[in-house]
Amino acid sequence: MNNVFVYCEVTEERTIADVSLELVSKGRKLANELGVKLEVLVCGEEIKDIEKMLYPYGVDVINYAKDSRLFPYQTLPHFSIVTKLFQEKQPQIALFGATSVGRDLAPRIASFLRTGLTADCTTLEIGDHTENKTGKEYKNLLYQIRPAFGGNIIATIINPDHRPQMATVREGVMKKEIFDNSHKGIINFLKVEDYVKNDDFCIKIIERHIEQQKINIKGAQIIVCGGYGMGSKENFRLIHELADVIQGEVGATRAAVDAGMCEHERQIGQTGVTVRPKLYIACGVSGAVQHRAGMQESSKIISINTDPKAPINSIADYTIIGDVMEVLPKMIKYYKANTK
Amino acid sequence: MSFRIIVLAKQVPDTRNVGKDAMKEDGTVNRAALPAIFNPEDLNALEMALNIKDNVKDATISIITMGPSRAAEIVREAMYRGADNGVVVSDRKVAGSDTLATSYTISQAIKKMGKFDLVIAGRQAIDGDTAQVGPQTAEKLECPQITYAEEVMEVTDKKIRIKRRLERGVEVVESTYPCLITVHGSAKECRSRHAKRLMKYKLAKSNSELQELGQDYSNLWNEKPYLKIEEWSAADIMAEDSRLGLTGSPTKVKKIENVVLTQKESKVITPKDEDMNELMKELISSHILG
Ligand SMILES: Cc1cc2nc3c(=O)[nH]c(=O)nc-3n(C[C@H](O)[C@H](O)[C@H](O)COP(=O)(O)OP(=O)(O)OC[C@H]3O[C@@H](n4cnc5c(N)ncnc54)[C@H](O)[C@@H]3O)c2cc1C
Ligand SMILES: Cc1cc2nc3c(=O)[nH]c(=O)nc-3n(C[C@H](O)[C@H](O)[C@H](O)COP(=O)(O)OP(=O)(O)OC[C@H]3O[C@@H](n4cnc5c(N)ncnc54)[C@H](O)[C@@H]3O)c2cc1C
Repeated sequence: MNNVFVYCEVTEERTIADVSLELVSKGRKLANELGVKLEVLVCGEEIKDIEKMLYPYGVDVINYAKDSRLFPYQTLPHFSIVTKLFQEKQPQIALFGATSVGRDLAPRIASFLRTGLTADCTTLEIGDHTENKTGKEYKNLLYQIRPAFGGNIIATIINPDHRPQMATVREGVMKKEIFDNSHKGIINFLKVEDYVKNDDFCIKIIERHIEQQKINIKGAQIIVCGGYGMGSKENFRLIHELADVIQGEVGATRAAVDAGMCEHERQIGQTGVTVRPKLYIACGVSGAVQHRAGMQESSKIISINTDPKAPINSIADYTIIGDVMEVLPKMIKYYKANTK
Repeated sequence: MSFRIIVLAKQVPDTRNVGKDAMKEDGTVNRAALPAIFNPEDLNALEMALNIKDNVKDATISIITMGPSRAAEIVREAMYRGADNGVVVSDRKVAGSDTLATSYTISQAIKKMGKFDLVIAGRQAIDGDTAQVGPQTAEKLECPQITYAEEVMEVTDKKIRIKRRLERGVEVVESTYPCLITVHGSAKECRSRHAKRLMKYKLAKSNSELQELGQDYSNLWNEKPYLKIEEWSAADIMAEDSRLGLTGSPTKVKKIENVVLTQKESKVITPKDEDMNELMKELISSHILG
């Protein structure tokens, strides 16, 4: 009892979403530290090989609400299932993806259970706490660490007196890691009629157009990122050109996206994607904290910037002080001439 | 039969201009140190409400904002753009609320207003950035929610059809009333202030504002009731004290840290040909590139 729970999202392709597997990987570590089990909840129709998909990540119990009415996601039926299951099983920690599903569902659940929910956590840790006023001690709380206030501060938030301790985490923030390929758990089929009411289906879905993810910079080994310093959409083509020759992906800052130089799917940072490539080339990027939040774990960082004092330079391994319009063509030319 | 729309709007510190004094020691925001603006997505929410009002007979729009008394500015701004009236929920007891306590307070204010058809909120406020208050308010009102609304496709006094903007696509859904909608920033921008309304509502004030100005409006309010911006306390909305403010907030801020840069050892290079060639050679030979 009082286990760690992860709500697993089901994708259009009827698999478990990456963000959920990332949370399962994190959940496994938290469960180990607390000496409890890791449970997941899946609501949806038939998912092939669900056990094979989840056990290697360390799942001990799959709670599975299998019903074709549960896909695609709708708030109320999923809400009814999760809240009832949580009332039965009393988890101490419950994690949700900070996705359009998780951010729709988790707050409603927290409100019903009258517990706390921390949005967009970037780190989750177990730790103790002593209440200043009363001296009361708490053991093994979940430290929910999140950037806040436009990313200018990092806040550690705790929820000492209510359970479950709930948090959402964006895709790409935690690492998806196999725990043990031979790990086995059990599957618990929920009797869906006992959990949902007909009224829960009061909102009608008329139409859906969900695109397959076309752009996937999350897993890229090399990223060339263009910032506002690229100056224009035309100049931004150089970013694509360099990325093409060195077989990398194109990323962008929010300022570049807002200026229409690049599509939003490529935005890196707090309100975009989190990446950790082998090589990150930041071109005309100042390195605002919201941007660094999404790329600072890159193994090697090159910054190309006219301003020697740009904050990005201080986390770069190589800083090229110069104009992108001069430097990028040189890099492209050298690379073309000296490889293959 | 009138059709009542309630819009939730928050006055937020402009987080795009954060200075040093923005946070107090207890981890709460020092709002006084920052310019206060109309939360951007709440303007999208207001526009959606105005659009519905344009299409449904006898619709009225009421604003609810929770915050310090200066948040009356938000109500006035909304009136200039087309809202009919508004309430500031203000009480020392609600200070330090997390989203659970905030949604409780707001839902109590909505209940005090009486019957409603639609509650429309922004998706997210730019300061707390949680996007939790909308869905939590819907739960407290026990009504369905439609999040990330981008466009009203069809609306009558019986039902509404909404296009939702999701991460990788769109979804069109239909609901009857009552229902709560949260509006995505990709929705239509809010119409600007209307010159006539600006003249009409310029003098609209709340009690606290009048006190501060040392003015008495009792006669004016009798004559022109629309110039009154209501102010409700915790007692007015029949809130239980234990569910308000810091006491009613399960989440506690344990620690706040400023983001500091850890300086890495960085190799500085000029764009001269020799330097560039040297760098590229190093990158390729160490297999960072290629
Ligand atoms: C709540 C919130 C969330 C945010 N989320 C994100 C996010 O997810 N991702 C993100 O990126 N930002 C985000 N931001 C915005 C962020 O604060 C910055 O505004 C943004 O990252 C700046 O982008 P930039 O570096 O491209 O532009 P700028 O800050 O304008 O920097 C341009 C840089 O280019 C250099 N430069 C100019 N001309 C040249 C040239 N010819 N050659 C070389 N260098 C040149 C300049 O010296 C400068 O350093 C967020 C902000 C907020 C408030
Ligand atoms: C740095 C920081 C981090 C925080 N982190 C958390 C956290 O992780 N979990 C948590 O529970 N609380 C958190 N809070 C507290 C939270 O910001 C407050 O509870 C706040 O009152 C509402 O949350 P929000 O700003 O995130 O609003 P959101 O939930 O993003 O707001 C969504 C919409 O709800 C409506 N709305 C929200 N507040 C009001 C209001 N006062 N009046 C009228 N309408 C409103 C608006 O339409 C708005 O667009 C945090 C606060 C700060 C300053």
